Amino acid sequence: MTADTAPVLELNGISKRFGAVQALTNVDLNLFAGEVHALVGENGAGKSTLVKILAGVHQPDAGRIRLNGNDLVLSGPAAARNLGIAVIHQQPNLFPDLDVAENVFVGRLPRSRFGRVDWRELRRRADGIFASLGVKQRVSVPVRGLSVADQQMVEIAKALSLDARVLVMDEPTASLSTNEVERLFTIMRQLRQRGVAVLFVDHRMDEVFEISDRISVLRDGRHVITSPVSELTPADAIRHMVGRQLDSLFPKEEASIGDVALEVRGLTRRGVFSDVSFQVRRGEILGLAGLVGAGRTEIARVLFGIDHADGGEVLVSGRPVAIERPADAMRLGIVYVPEDRHEHGLVLDFSIAANISLPIVAKLSRFLVVDQSREEALADAYRKQLQIRAMSVEQSASGLSGGNQQKVVIAKWLATSPKVLLLDEPTHGIDIGAKAEVHRLISQLAVRGLAIVLISSELPELLGMADRVLVLHEGRVAADFGRAELSQERIMAAATGQGER
Amino acid sequence: MSVRAVDAPTTSTLARRIGLERTVTLVARLREVGILLVLLATVVVVGIQAPLFFSVSNFEQILLNVSLIAIVVVGQTTVVLTRNVDLSVGSVVGLVAFATGDLLKEHSLGVAGAIAVGCVLGIGLGALNGLIITVGRVPAIVATLGTLYVYRGIDFLIAGGKQVSAIDLPRSYLGIASSSVAGIPTLILAAAVIALVAAYLLRNSGIGRQLYAIGSNPAAAEVVGIPSQRLIFGSFVVCGLLAGVAGVLWGSRFGSVNALAASGLELQVIAAVVVGGVNIFGGSGTVIGAVLGAVLLATIQNALLILHLSEFWLLAIDGAVILLAVTADAAIRGYFQRILMRTGRR
Repeated sequence: MTADTAPVLELNGISKRFGAVQALTNVDLNLFAGEVHALVGENGAGKSTLVKILAGVHQPDAGRIRLNGNDLVLSGPAAARNLGIAVIHQQPNLFPDLDVAENVFVGRLPRSRFGRVDWRELRRRADGIFASLGVKQRVSVPVRGLSVADQQMVEIAKALSLDARVLVMDEPTASLSTNEVERLFTIMRQLRQRGVAVLFVDHRMDEVFEISDRISVLRDGRHVITSPVSELTPADAIRHMVGRQLDSLFPKEEASIGDVALEVRGLTRRGVFSDVSFQVRRGEILGLAGLVGAGRTEIARVLFGIDHADGGEVLVSGRPVAIERPADAMRLGIVYVPEDRHEHGLVLDFSIAANISLPIVAKLSRFLVVDQSREEALADAYRKQLQIRAMSVEQSASGLSGGNQQKVVIAKWLATSPKVLLLDEPTHGIDIGAKAEVHRLISQLAVRGLAIVLISSELPELLGMADRVLVLHEGRVAADFGRAELSQERIMAAATGQGER
Repeated sequence: MSVRAVDAPTTSTLARRIGLERTVTLVARLREVGILLVLLATVVVVGIQAPLFFSVSNFEQILLNVSLIAIVVVGQTTVVLTRNVDLSVGSVVGLVAFATGDLLKEHSLGVAGAIAVGCVLGIGLGALNGLIITVGRVPAIVATLGTLYVYRGIDFLIAGGKQVSAIDLPRSYLGIASSSVAGIPTLILAAAVIALVAAYLLRNSGIGRQLYAIGSNPAAAEVVGIPSQRLIFGSFVVCGLLAGVAGVLWGSRFGSVNALAASGLELQVIAAVVVGGVNIFGGSGTVIGAVLGAVLLATIQNALLILHLSEFWLLAIDGAVILLAVTADAAIRGYFQRILMRTGRR
């Protein structure tokens, strides 16, 4: 990379908004031929949105994209691909039933006379690409059955067959073993030598500093800094990633901390998380921090009986319990409010009342018929208590704002009178005002004696709400901070594998 | 036993020994080989029980019965590969069969003309299915369930309780089904040619490969820029055309056609496709496998008749064969996928 050459790809003032959430604001980014460029940032910093814009999946609301100095519009995935921008998403996007060679050249299979597919030529060309990468890969086996790492190689081969000048990879190392990561890095260095501009998203600081030439940091959808890797330390990068402002938050009220409500000892789910131990007391809020994929949601799913642990113990009020299915968890007073309200939490076509009464509908029924007046009375009580803004509880849930939908989901679980509340990103995607209200609500629930596990990617939220924070890194507990020790930098360092211990 | 015990090679070591690649092609072929084996076993077992089964004329009868279904099976396979399904094929066959017979009876159109009209009608009905699905964005199973009734309804409207009988039909038309080329009945020959051409094109043409791609991963097909909607439309047109061809031949084969002709055929066709190893969720399977599936089902039916089993058993065994085939297919596939994962990971 030389400073005087023009960038291959220039992003200027890119902005993108999804509903109430401003995902990207005025982002600038340049990519040069023959550089490996890391894109880092917290969860929700806008990295994936940026990748999807380059892939042509999303169109920016503002800003311009220039390739080799020419303005271009990425109207769709095919357009990006044809312009020489190859994007490898987190999950490889291949055809499992077709063989490797066909996957590399799909849509552009070499033809002999009469339009017949020239299988021999196809294999030869595919073999050639893998050979040039120094990768041993049989090209006549179907993709179904290949490991994620091998599927990535197929994607890279596909990009090379298209003569891509820009290769974008979204967390390519997320599901690879150490050896596979090394192989990927060897390939990335080769691509750099060939003059390809490689942009990749990564969470592991050691990897970022091993492979990249330059690093760009995004925070809250804004571009913070781009710097050569030699002029930055991991600690600097982390400092740029965090450092959000701590205002506009509702700090936790003092709650009296009681007995241990939930205890987890050595909980393990193979390949997902291992040896996780913690306690939550009545009135306490335990924060679970970590990057996407660190195992936070997966722990909650095991505690709620959706998935099963391979080892370890769960104790409720001091007694060991077996949680086979969500019904068991609910009986023990554990409830889970998932991150995706639409998919898992809320029946959008139901009324607010019907949503709230859903888990206890049997109790509200007489002779198999729901007692409408009791249902309404219950729902109305929660509407007032949680200040759900709606015309009436008979209104359908689909018409509510994100914050109010979240309150309905929480109300639904409160109706079961739980002891332990597992909250997964409760303020994700809701606007700032509603956030404060949800925070106030969580705090009140703790005061009332609930034990709360708060999974959050927003460090200020954890700092404001949590009594203790457990930081997970790749399925293991990387740090356990008491309230006094908490800082954004320390959490992020532990979450990116730069832990002090 | 003094013979030295030899470790039976487990499948995974076997896979390593003969090479992953060959194992995989073997598994892919295995599905067709498997159907052939079951077919042979049926023939042998039934043949021992009832020697009558073994006659050349009986086999010819089975193949003649299968030939019309096989033509429809080829079209259906094309559609199923793209992760769609056409439930209306039985009604298309019936409607085209009646329309062709009626034209030959009431209007002096000539045999060539009637055949042409039948094919064009098939194309039209298939195109309507394709339009509802690709432009109207109605799921194929719902759209073709609708047209199954609509096409049959039109059939009833124009038939109005009438029937076309063999005496109404020209000799040259009836002669198609009873004729033969070089000793092979024309119908069997036609079905074989259609199946082989389709198999070749699906395997070796760019469009054929794209149909597999669409069924294997629709989202990725979109990203790669495959014109999915156009190709799905095309597959329904092909399916309609082949159902039309079968419809034209229907009257020639059976001599008489009423408004109920070929009703329920769609289920036999889909059964053959599934038994033949075509993934009902698209992306894998072959025309040859599907046609073999049709032959297997017809052979079993024939065997049950010869063994004088009741109608009840006939249906029950048909059903059992379908369930068995699909379950075995899923089990084999799951098994080999696990092996591939293990060996693939090294």
